[in-house]
Amino acid sequence: MIEMFFQILTADLLIATLGMATPLIFGSISGMFSELTGVINLGIEGMMLMGAFGAGIVSLATGNPWLGVLFGMFLGGCMGVIHSVMCIKFRANQSVVGVGINIMAAGIPAVMLQYYWGNPGRTPQVASIKNISIPLLEKIPLVGRIFADINPLTILALVLVLCAHWLVYHTPFGLRMRAVGHHPKAVDTAGINVFAIRYISVITSGVLAGLGGAYLSVAQLSMFVNDMTAGRGFIALAAMIFGKRTPLGCFGAALLFGFSDALQMTLQAIGVPIASDFLLMVPYVLTMVALAGFVGKTVDPAANGKPYVKS
Amino acid sequence: MGNAILRLEHIVKRFPGVLANDHVSLEVQEGEILALLGENGAGKTTLMNVLYGLYSMDEGDIYYKGDRVTISCPKDAIKLGIGMVHQHFMLIDHLTVAENFILGCEPTDKGLLNLKKAKKIVQQCSQDYGLRIEPDSLVADISVGEQQRLEILKSLHRGAQILILDEPTAVLTPQKVEELYRVLRDLKAKGHSIIIITHKLKEIKEISDRVAVMRSGKIVGVHNTASVSTEQLAELMVGRPVVLEVKKENQEVGKNILSISNLHAKDYRNLPALRGLNLRVDSGEIVGIAGIDGNGQSELLQVLSGFTVRDEGEISIGEHKLPKKFAQREMFNHGVGHIPEDRMKMGIISNFTIAENLLLGFEHDSRYTGRLIMKKEAIHDRAIKLIEEFDIKTPSPATEGGKLSGGNQQKVILAREISKNPDLLIAAQPTRGLDVGAIEFVYQQLLAQRRAGKGILLISFELDEIFALSDRILVLYGGEIIAEFSQAEATIKEVGLCMGGVRRNSHE
Amino acid sequence: MNSKQHIPLSLKIRSSLIALAKKMLDPVVAIFLALLVGSVIITFTGDDVVLAISSLVLGAFGNLRSLGQSFLAATPILFTGLAFAVAYRSGIFNIGAEGQFLVGAIAGAYVGTLFSHLPAFIYIPIVLASGGIVGALWAFLPAILKIKLGVHEVINVIMLNKIALYLTNWLVSVDGPFRQGSVQPATPFVCEVVRLQPILPKSPMNVGYFIGIVVAYLMYLIMWKTSSGYQMRAVGYNMHAAKFSGINAESSIVKAFMISGALAGIGGAMEICSVFGRFYAGFSPGYGFEGIAVSLLGNNHPAGIIISSLLFGALKTGAMRMQILAGTNVNLVKVLQALIIFFVAGKWSITELYARYKEKKRLSDRGSVANSQKGENQ
Repeated sequence: MIEMFFQILTADLLIATLGMATPLIFGSISGMFSELTGVINLGIEGMMLMGAFGAGIVSLATGNPWLGVLFGMFLGGCMGVIHSVMCIKFRANQSVVGVGINIMAAGIPAVMLQYYWGNPGRTPQVASIKNISIPLLEKIPLVGRIFADINPLTILALVLVLCAHWLVYHTPFGLRMRAVGHHPKAVDTAGINVFAIRYISVITSGVLAGLGGAYLSVAQLSMFVNDMTAGRGFIALAAMIFGKRTPLGCFGAALLFGFSDALQMTLQAIGVPIASDFLLMVPYVLTMVALAGFVGKTVDPAANGKPYVKS
Repeated sequence: MGNAILRLEHIVKRFPGVLANDHVSLEVQEGEILALLGENGAGKTTLMNVLYGLYSMDEGDIYYKGDRVTISCPKDAIKLGIGMVHQHFMLIDHLTVAENFILGCEPTDKGLLNLKKAKKIVQQCSQDYGLRIEPDSLVADISVGEQQRLEILKSLHRGAQILILDEPTAVLTPQKVEELYRVLRDLKAKGHSIIIITHKLKEIKEISDRVAVMRSGKIVGVHNTASVSTEQLAELMVGRPVVLEVKKENQEVGKNILSISNLHAKDYRNLPALRGLNLRVDSGEIVGIAGIDGNGQSELLQVLSGFTVRDEGEISIGEHKLPKKFAQREMFNHGVGHIPEDRMKMGIISNFTIAENLLLGFEHDSRYTGRLIMKKEAIHDRAIKLIEEFDIKTPSPATEGGKLSGGNQQKVILAREISKNPDLLIAAQPTRGLDVGAIEFVYQQLLAQRRAGKGILLISFELDEIFALSDRILVLYGGEIIAEFSQAEATIKEVGLCMGGVRRNSHE
Repeated sequence: MNSKQHIPLSLKIRSSLIALAKKMLDPVVAIFLALLVGSVIITFTGDDVVLAISSLVLGAFGNLRSLGQSFLAATPILFTGLAFAVAYRSGIFNIGAEGQFLVGAIAGAYVGTLFSHLPAFIYIPIVLASGGIVGALWAFLPAILKIKLGVHEVINVIMLNKIALYLTNWLVSVDGPFRQGSVQPATPFVCEVVRLQPILPKSPMNVGYFIGIVVAYLMYLIMWKTSSGYQMRAVGYNMHAAKFSGINAESSIVKAFMISGALAGIGGAMEICSVFGRFYAGFSPGYGFEGIAVSLLGNNHPAGIIISSLLFGALKTGAMRMQILAGTNVNLVKVLQALIIFFVAGKWSITELYARYKEKKRLSDRGSVANSQKGENQ
């Protein structure tokens, strides 16, 4: 009896972990793209929120959640354009620009919601992407249960990790990205356009963050709720740092933070006698401890935060 | 000897306040090694940066194989067949040799980076030119010599016919230098043209076919290397110095103020930069260190200011022996003033007012601050006094430091350091960027300090300045003091030769 | 330089006014452009622009009541703005004012219930001070992590923001120790004397904002008139030069961080005294982040922050009326804040553009500069 209980517990926990980790995977890889080329992106939170919003309203309007996802990615990309132009062309303080994006993203959906639905809090229910089950993978012992009830966007996230890894380490563009983040002048003298690489990376970062946000409104939940990102963008950033700005590292860190989130929810559900507020704190405390413990081993891209100036 | 493959005509390049290249015309023959000789600030690196497309020229023309060309970015230069190996390597430390090698011309296989092919290319190239490099090592782990070989191969792989090397032997041991010579001669035999920027006279004689000498942004002479002596080159390089008439009294030296023995330290690349440096400064004398940039001056200053921890050696300020690791504050506590060589980075805070800049180091002094609040009047009066005393041209003490001219900024730093009444004054490039009037003023101040019995360590790239001021002249080369002259016995020729590494005399 | 020249007072006043006007030109243009873009958004959403803008203005200043509310709204962001400014000028990016505000608020709410017979002029400073102390402590942790372990402060303060949120929520939750029998998730009300009383008829305005002005002045004194502040600013402007001249950069950073946290904490405690009288779950709707916009617009200087906080407070108050009358959502203010941040961060400064234009003209008129002195290489 107890064994079955624990079996269900662990299976549900795994599923929940993946679910909570999905937006973090998108978010941390989004951050990674930007920071690999040396542009700090604190605006992931805002980009995700805009993505969630875009996905929600288009899904509502068209009834097709996948179109919503595309639009969410588009809006995220727009925020990426703003961020890249401010940071690269105008050489503004990158952290400040990121904060600006977050504030802007907090405001726009509420204004729009008020206008369209008279309620600034949330949209009505929207068509969402339901979980599916993958027949073959289901059969895998132990972890197979995950694939019995998994969201397609989560699958997309897993694929993204692999694609990102492939892109960063096995394509010329990935090589140039990594070079730009450490020594833009060296890349410039090799005849490569440093600015173009940074623009592409930051805009991609926006698109991916938008995708992560879309998951929140059309997969995890079936509506857009104001401020629904609830700090996930920042946890994604922490996951990126913890994962040393590599795709697989981001994935692992995102899983870890997703796990702490899922654990907190599960413990609440079971009725563990710890106040829920303390359980909610767990992911954040974990992040701080992780960063404190791993510092010195992480290497910031040497050119991080510094606008590139051609003399 | 072939035809001129490259012709630069009347190149002009201006920077704010400086004419770096003043109608420079230069020809490079096919299959020759041309040395570009000059002191710091002569304009040689600027000229090559223009050629490589890193700077855009204001006026002038470039002809490549007879055709007029425009080079507005490195890509253009690379396309034409011009390659450049910079003094500070353009390599990405955390990538491998192969990855650095292919950056910008990556071999792909259906869009994927073909690292296997890259490795083969590297090995092939290495073999073809006889330059040994390992494709799989991380750049951070390989020796400087190998890094240089990588840089050279990079350029050759991209089809460089003309190869520019900026101070290539600065980072090499004598054995490695021989290896490099061999490589360059091979390339020359294959028909490449090589331009070497250098200040080392011996090497010019050993490797180059022709040598062009630059001074103050102009070409002052182009000769066949065989028909010119190192003495003549030294004279061309430093010119007939305009020694400012400086009246110096004979003075007895007093007690020892600074004593450095067997100083070993590394540079920012973790390479040995100071290799057993010895020197001493006594009270009442000015000790000038002559030398071309890159021979350890910066590292010596970093150690003396506490920013770099030395590996070995003793440093004493008067009676006090300095520990290996010491805070900047300690130098001031022991009576040391320091005029930094990079005034924008270390000496002046641009957003601070002049009064605030003058106060740096004094913010806890009871003359200028009470228990809680700083004494505005006292600070203002001090600023006024120093501004007058040091003739700092500014509308008011509340002007921001960044708005002053370079000369006046230097005066602010000078005023501040001298007001510390230090026993030892370290002056690094004290007249960099100053006009003649300001230079004279600085000289008077340094001499006044000398008269007052202070010891001054002067580090400067301006040879005439060293000659005008120093009681003793030391020459820094390769991280060591290789020569010492008294003011009476020093000649420009002799010192110039030592600066070029040709001569050394025993000192102490 | 003529140190002994007597400059007539009228001339001095005139030149400082001109300098002030120049400094204010950019922020004013920023606001104007932001309002312009905001109007475009309003038009796009179909609302009546004129009605929206006019109700915005009237809602901010129309009568004594609105005026009072504007001041009340300005007060917390005055403090968080000062908090950001102190840190920013010292080279730190403290976006943790949110968390520091919360812990300061709950500390103030708690201390405000402890004593019963203290007079207001003693008790109120005690409450504010307790908020400041707790806020400073909350900032101490990321400061130490930064200097000892080199961890960048941004992530840590954001985590602490969330931790503060949940911690304070717990403290007023059903089992929380601070709730003390209250029906709602809140602390009990503080003693009546702690609560600031209205000073104008028919208006909620109290002395809170003016205490804030005093605190702003204190911040000015600390940053510009003490040697610690001198050192903090030196480190913030140019760490290398500061260290070169013997300043201990690490201790400056910790000091600055703690002062920043204290200011945010006092702001939280002030909100207790000034408006709510008790702490409840959901206390801060983002005051910490708004403080960033306030500070940037105010050029990170207490004088500017005093004005910009009032401006933003008025904006928010007016926005509520705008929502009622014209139907435009109050969160438009957030969009305006963001636009202002972009404007200031991008340095789209009219005065700078003009100065650069003049400099270009001067250089090209000069022609070739022959220089006898060997200048800097490269």
